[in-house]
Amino acid sequence: MKDLKSQGTRTQPTGSSPGAPGGSPPANSNPRPTGLTTEIQARIGHQLRAMYDEVVRQGVPDRFATLIRKLDDPSANPGGGAKEEGSE
Amino acid sequence: MPLTNQLRDDILASVPNLRAFAISLSGNTDRADDLVQETLLRAIANIDSFQPGSNLPAWLFTILRNLFRSDYRKRRREVEDAEGTYAQRLKTQPSQGVHIEFEEFRAALEKLPQDQREALILVGASGFSYEDAAAICGCAVGTIKSRVNRARSKLGSLLYVESADDFGPDKTVRAVIGSSNG
Repeated sequence: MKDLKSQGTRTQPTGSSPGAPGGSPPANSNPRPTGLTTEIQARIGHQLRAMYDEVVRQGVPDRFATLIRKLDDPSANPGGGAKEEGSE
Repeated sequence: MPLTNQLRDDILASVPNLRAFAISLSGNTDRADDLVQETLLRAIANIDSFQPGSNLPAWLFTILRNLFRSDYRKRRREVEDAEGTYAQRLKTQPSQGVHIEFEEFRAALEKLPQDQREALILVGASGFSYEDAAAICGCAVGTIKSRVNRARSKLGSLLYVESADDFGPDKTVRAVIGSSNG
């Protein structure tokens, strides 16, 4: 747990088993006094991503592609020139 | 920043992630898609306030989250989602096989306090850094860390009671508080 602080920006739940979600848990299911076992953390992380990625894989539904395309129309976006470019 | 084609493409490319986040938050696909639509409209209407070069997904997630929260406050009074409605809606989705396991997980996720749920999703599924997640939620990095840890701990005890039992939330919370100030 402590290393989370220094590793801050990684998305992995904790420590050592990034990819080992589904099958048999590693033999050294190393219970941590500070929280859940690594094994449970890995299972939670895996399920969370599985659930999430299932939606991500559906891609962009038509309604949103259409919506953005409509906004593409310059008449729907008056004044949409690059006149405010000036920041640098 | 003007709405360039590139920016438009980038916004569109964020849609799958925005949907996944919205569904995780709301537990309801239709509502999630409405949230995403509203998010896109707001984003484009306010595109001038987007800083070029800054994190576009984080910006979009912030908008979506704010919309969700104000919407949630409104709806919560109308629809106190009773246990069953939620599960029922999930069943209307296609490809059910995979969902049996998900359902249990989602139900557990739904039991988390909203703050914890969103923190966990942002960090554990959307792949944001703690820093970005903190910016999206408008709170301190340490707060996000502690929410994520509490969320994991709660999920652990809801889903895997036997094994999580020995390491209850209290200890985790204490450990987190102890290790994350700074």
